[in-house]
Amino acid sequence: MSTAVAAPTAARVETGILAGTRTLLYKEVLRFWKVSFQTVAAPVLTAVLYLLIFGHVLEGRVTVFGSVGYTSFLIPGLVMMSVLQNAFANSSSSLIQSKITGNLVFLLVSPLSHWAWFLAYVGASVVRGVAVGLGVLVVTIWFAPLHVANPLWIVFFTVAGAALMGALGLVAGLWAEKFDQIAAFQNFIIMPMTFLSGVFYSVKSLPPVWREVSHLNPFFYMIDGFRHGFFGTSDVSPWLSLAIVSGALAVVCGVCLHLLKIGYKIRH
Amino acid sequence: MPAISFVNVAKTYASARGDVRALDDVTFDIEEGEFFGLLGPNGAGKTTLISILAGLARATAGSVAVLGHDVEREYAAARRKIGVVPQELVFDPFFTVREALRIQGGYFGVHANDAWIDELLANLGLADKGDANMRQLSGGMKRRVLVAQALVHRPPVIVLDEPTAGVDVELRQTLWQFVARLNKEGHTVLLTTHYLEEAEALCSRIAMLKQGRVVALDRTSALLAGTASTMLRFKLDKPLPAALAANSRVTGRIVQITAHDAREVESILAVLHGAGCEPEDLEIGRADLEDVFIEIMRGETPQRVAA
Repeated sequence: MSTAVAAPTAARVETGILAGTRTLLYKEVLRFWKVSFQTVAAPVLTAVLYLLIFGHVLEGRVTVFGSVGYTSFLIPGLVMMSVLQNAFANSSSSLIQSKITGNLVFLLVSPLSHWAWFLAYVGASVVRGVAVGLGVLVVTIWFAPLHVANPLWIVFFTVAGAALMGALGLVAGLWAEKFDQIAAFQNFIIMPMTFLSGVFYSVKSLPPVWREVSHLNPFFYMIDGFRHGFFGTSDVSPWLSLAIVSGALAVVCGVCLHLLKIGYKIRH
Repeated sequence: MPAISFVNVAKTYASARGDVRALDDVTFDIEEGEFFGLLGPNGAGKTTLISILAGLARATAGSVAVLGHDVEREYAAARRKIGVVPQELVFDPFFTVREALRIQGGYFGVHANDAWIDELLANLGLADKGDANMRQLSGGMKRRVLVAQALVHRPPVIVLDEPTAGVDVELRQTLWQFVARLNKEGHTVLLTTHYLEEAEALCSRIAMLKQGRVVALDRTSALLAGTASTMLRFKLDKPLPAALAANSRVTGRIVQITAHDAREVESILAVLHGAGCEPEDLEIGRADLEDVFIEIMRGETPQRVAA
């Protein structure tokens, strides 16, 4: 056989179930980074506007965690909301774009395993979520005093929350056939659940019925656990939040991996 | 070991009007080093068969293997051995040509591959386009990048699904020179095309699909020899007699009719004279693959499948 058919000599070749994961992760990060004005800067601006408006209107009028000022309380909520929404947006929009423009074929003909797809898409979602979250934190931290009580809770809820939303975005991207289905998922499920999760208020201030309803919302535990990392106090125990977020993460990841393995709506 | 092996492949799609059988019991092998043509009219099942081979679709029944690797059970090994140029002109607008090629190689686990990428770019007339964004390229250039992407992991088996549909003459020539060279160097090539002269010039063996079934499978030369091998070509100012219309191709004034032997030629001419037609510039030549194709698709020839 000739040189053209022989295995590449100069190139490095990796095999195994995770071969190619790094490349797909790199490509997914590069994809949002190349349009970072839209994917990172814009959500940071949105969060700052929320802070300016709600902070201005409600500072001194609403009591949250005892002595914690409203603006200080709001900052971690906005950071986590941005992390969650952008992690979802990254995997879901990337996948639906590739499906609709047809360039998903480049991935479909490759030997990438369902684990490689999963780790790369969810990994890129975590990177985008963290990038936006850090951006929001860096800009908003100047508006109110903020302490860090326990950084481990902050790191855990950031990564677990972003991974959960990245995996959920991947499921939505697999399921959706049109952009407006993703938009509907975002506007009618993700947005209400994040807004009603206690980003802007402590659920303790709600009437008992709505407090109970809030406790059924998994987003509440992500925000509440994340906030615990800053204030050392929260609406529920951070261990309960950890258990619920971990459980939800495991379920969504399991569903996501299964759909990728069977090629749900992508391999006909 | 065959480069590609299709065994009893069937594919049924559910549609609003009930189940559609896109492929029905397709069985044939493509040997290593062959330049193989897969022909058939639109909707015959060519792209469905290629999609199953490439892992884009799953067979309802039967199995497909690439160099002995089942495309479902050993999908990673099978896909490493095959490079597919898709029919649709797709691209990722976020990247430059070189980025797209490095990324595609990376999906196959191939890294630090720039020497080969440079060779691909040079051979496909893309040497000065490495840093151009995919969005800036013309359709023909995008098509070349698709070919480069399919070859970036150096697959021994190359699949080209209608690669020259709507492509300019220059690219067709560049592409065929390059693919013919790869074939000489030992690559197996599977080609689907609408341009029958390309299949005739390039492919040593051909399968024809019709309504999801293989209706002809033979060496190109045998297919040409075995069917109506004579072609009458003439100009005519009058309408063609109805008795001849079914077997003919009419392009403006030019009429082409196939015949199996000299006696059939004589009878065609007799019909023309009988109808008062005076054929001008009459030529008698050898039939080409297009004539064979038309004849087989009409179902006038029984299945021509070499053992």
